[in-house]
Parts: sequence; C-alpha cells; structure tokens
Amino acid sequence: MRGLIYACGWLAIIILGAIAAFLIHNSVRAIQEAGIGTMLSTTAWYPTSSPGKFGLLPLIVGSLYVTGVALLVSVPVGVGAAVFISEFSGRRVKDVMKTIIEFMAAVPSVVYGLIGVAVLIPLVKDIFALDSGMTALTGGVVLGIMSIPTVITISEDALHAVPADLRRGSAALGNTRWQTTYKVTLPAAGSGIFAASMLGLGRAIGETMAVLMLTGNAAVMPASVLESVRTMTGTIAAEMGEVVQGGLHYSVLFAVGLVLFIITFAINLAADLVLERQRKRWRR
Amino acid sequence: MNLRKYLAFGTAIAMLAGTAALAGCSTEETTETTEEVTTEEVAELEGSITVQGSDTLLNVATAWSEAFMDENPGVDISVQGGGSGTGIAALINGTADFANASRGIKDEEITEAEANGVEPVEHKVAIDGIAVVVNPASEVEELTMEQLGAIFRGEITNWSEVGGADAAIVLLSRDSSSGTYEYFKEEVVAAENEDAEYAASAKLLPSNQAIADEVAANEAGIGYIGLGYLTDDVKVVAIDGVKASVETATDGSYPISRFLYMYSNGEVDGVMKAYLDWILGDEGQQLVEDEGFVPLP
Repeated sequence: MRGLIYACGWLAIIILGAIAAFLIHNSVRAIQEAGIGTMLSTTAWYPTSSPGKFGLLPLIVGSLYVTGVALLVSVPVGVGAAVFISEFSGRRVKDVMKTIIEFMAAVPSVVYGLIGVAVLIPLVKDIFALDSGMTALTGGVVLGIMSIPTVITISEDALHAVPADLRRGSAALGNTRWQTTYKVTLPAAGSGIFAASMLGLGRAIGETMAVLMLTGNAAVMPASVLESVRTMTGTIAAEMGEVVQGGLHYSVLFAVGLVLFIITFAINLAADLVLERQRKRWRR
Repeated sequence: MNLRKYLAFGTAIAMLAGTAALAGCSTEETTETTEEVTTEEVAELEGSITVQGSDTLLNVATAWSEAFMDENPGVDISVQGGGSGTGIAALINGTADFANASRGIKDEEITEAEANGVEPVEHKVAIDGIAVVVNPASEVEELTMEQLGAIFRGEITNWSEVGGADAAIVLLSRDSSSGTYEYFKEEVVAAENEDAEYAASAKLLPSNQAIADEVAANEAGIGYIGLGYLTDDVKVVAIDGVKASVETATDGSYPISRFLYMYSNGEVDGVMKAYLDWILGDEGQQLVEDEGFVPLP
C-alpha cells in the first residue's frame, strides 16, 4: 500500500517529465528549420504560406495581454469575495455563496465564451467606440471571471487557516473587525492569497475556447488591450486539426506549446520561490 | 496539507488519463478489422467504414452516413471531424477508410503516404461556394475581384474607397488552418502576386458561423462564408457583378467556389464503392444541397 502511494506521487513527476520530453522531441524540427531565434524575434505569423512565416512574438504578447487583463479582474474581485465570505458573512450566507462559487467553476468555458460573444463583444465595441469588440480586453475580462472561483476558493482557505488567536488579539488591542481584517488577517494569509492569484493566472493563460471565440485572433503586435490578439493556446487549438502531421507547421505548433509550458513553469517556480522566502521571513 | 490534496488530485487525473489511453488503444484495434469485411462482394451490403477529416464537410458527411445506414442496415459508418490534416493523417496511418478534405492533398502528405504504402485516390464529392458578406446596413452592393483582394490585403482600409460610408473596414477571415482560408488566399488575396498575405489586422474566427454572427452585428465588417451559412442577417456582395448562389456556383459564373474531396487508399471496391457511388448519385447530392453546399454538375 505504501509503495503504491509512493508510486502515485512519483507518477506526477514522471508525467510532467514525459510531457516536457514529448514537447521537445516534436519541436526539434521547428527549432532546426524555422530557427528558435527567428521564431522568438519576428512578428509575422503566416504559418500556411509557402514558405511559412513563424513569428511567435505576437502570440506570446497576445497571451500575456489577455492574462494580464484577466489577473486585474480576478484578483481584486476574488480576494474581496474571499474576505467577505471568510470574515464578514454569517454561516448561512457563507454556505450559499460557496455553493454558487462551486457552480461557477463548473460552467464549461465554451458557455462563458458564448455569453461573451452575445454580451461583452457588443458592449466593449460601444463603450470604447471601436470598429470591433473582439479585443484582448474582452477575452481577458471573461477569463478573469472564469478564474474568479479558483482565486476565491484558495484565498478563502488561506484566510480560514489564520489562527483565531490573531484575530482575538487584534480585537483586544481595540481594532475594529475591518481594521483586524486589513491589518492582521490579510497580511497573515498573504502567501496563500499569492498562491491563489498564481493558480488563477495558470487557469487564465491555459484557457483556450473562450479566447478563441472572443479575441478575434489577429496575429498583430497589439498596441493596447483594445486591439485584437492571437493567443498561444488559441493558435494551437485552431491550427492543429488542419496541419500536415509531422510537417514543419506541426512541429512549430509543438514549439508554441513548449514556450507556453516554459512560461507557466517559470511562473509557478517564481511563485514557489516567493512563497518560500515569505515563509522563511515569518519563521524569524 | 493543501499540497497533499493537490498531489492526490493529480494522481486521480493521471489514472483517468491512463484509462482513457487504454480505451483509445482498444478503438484503434477495432477499426483495423474493417478491411477484411469490405473486400467481400455480397448482395446485401455489409461492412463498416470509418470516415474522418474536414470540419467543413462534417455535417454533410454525417447526413450521408445516416441516410446510407438507414437504407443498408448491414453497413456501419462512423464519421469524425478533426480537420482535413487529421483525416489525411488517419488515412495514411490506416485508421480511416476515407479522409474528408476541404483542400487538395499536399505533396508532403503524398510523400508520407507513399512511404507508408498508402496510395491516396482523390474523389470530388461536392462544391463549396464561398460568399462575400457585409452587414445589411452597408451601402456597398458590389466589388471587383481586385477590390476584394486589396481589401483583404489591407491596401483598402476605408469603406469610402469602394463606395461605402466613411468607416474603417473590419476584416473577418477564417482561421489560417482552414481549407477555406487557403483557398480564399490563392484565389483572391494572392491572385496576382503569390507572396501577398492577408492583412495582419484581419480577425481570424474559428467558424463560418462566428463570421456570420460578427458581420450581422458589425456595420463595418466584411467576411467570407460558405453558402450554407447565408441568412437574412447578412448581405451578399456581388463579385464582378455576380452574386453567390447555388445556381451561379453550379454554372461556374461565380468566381469563388471550390471542390470538396474524399480520399481513399487505392481505388475503392465493395461497400466503400457502393457508399461513394451513392454519395455521387442523386440522393447523396440532394443531401449536399440540403446542407448548403453545391451539388456536382
């Protein structure tokens, strides 16, 4: 039994390693023929021209724009909601809220995409007087809404884990409930809230269907979030079905996946390092 | 504590993936048995056919298979989408009997097929007319091929240059992987200059329906969609004086229409031949028309 549990633990690492190896193996042709330097420094993405032009820069920037907007939406709203649920709501409200949030997380992304197409695209077009409402902002806002449940759930866990003694101590010093929250509880749960934001970010950068429906997918270097962008995930999803399997374009799509993998890996690693540093500081 | 939860969750997912992979293996095994059955010529048609490929053709391919199975209860046809590239790859790997394709097979794919001992044979099964559409509120009724090309290359950027209102043109295109995208590029965007590209600002939408919806909602939009997706919410622009319709695509007067294909490994026989003949016959071609494509002349 113990061996089985150990094996399961190692399996996760093996799978991760296998994914990395698979991505690298399939990207080799792209790295050799299209050139990794060319891919990461040029901005023309015309993969089906002959010869194909494989400039990944617009896709990388597009993904970062959409994810940035998503974070600006999900973190303030998510943390605010977590604070309300954990610190200010009664038991009954808390139960209802948690059920609703779980339901939010269960809605398929294509449904969020549909709602975005019907509601948000015309709204963004009208508010900013644009030619078209398919922008990085539109996609980012919907992704932000989609990652709110992740942020709320994990932030709320972190706030819940703050010892009651800290709150009581703060109250004994004459702090109001609100003062206790932002002076004591929130800083104490800081690392957990940071982790929540990072997981929310992970959800946003990897999401595919909704961005495909909402961002317009034009492979341009966007000057602002009010322009159409093409994300890495959207590109892979849209193009994989039609490429010549084993061809150069196929390999380039794996290279895009590799870049995405490296970015998310780096974000997670950075987040872990920050958390670790914070933990050490708290120990002192 | 939390970390352990994630680990447990991770293992659960990994196990699920494992079972899914096993299930995948078993379906591949079943498809390999088809060929033995198809070679037998029997009075009552029996056998199974696997079709995979183009999403453009998916609806009509499904309609064909359902109608054909109704008439021939002994025949089992499974149809999958996934894209032309996926279909041709499945044909090359031997996991599909027919590959649906909205583009012609590429040289690279023929080479790979020959290396695997597969000889792809092309069958034209329908015609797809591609209509250029704008918002009904637009004043533009007609464009020349040159104007259309210049618009999609990003050389004409304002509707006033082609007789419309003073507004920036919003370009809507199918995604770069779509057979329609490549066809439209060859015939319109790069008709005079092979190296010409779509304007980078063109929005690439994942489906015909997405383009139709955006054109219906956006007064400055222009896009191209299959004839089957035309509704009253969009306005068809005449190209060189001809409006896209089933009639003009059939008689060849409308300039932007293309063939849709099915590929088989070698010449077909047995139940596959019966199916293909049926598709090319009256009933099959009637379904082509019902699904919004143009029957073969």
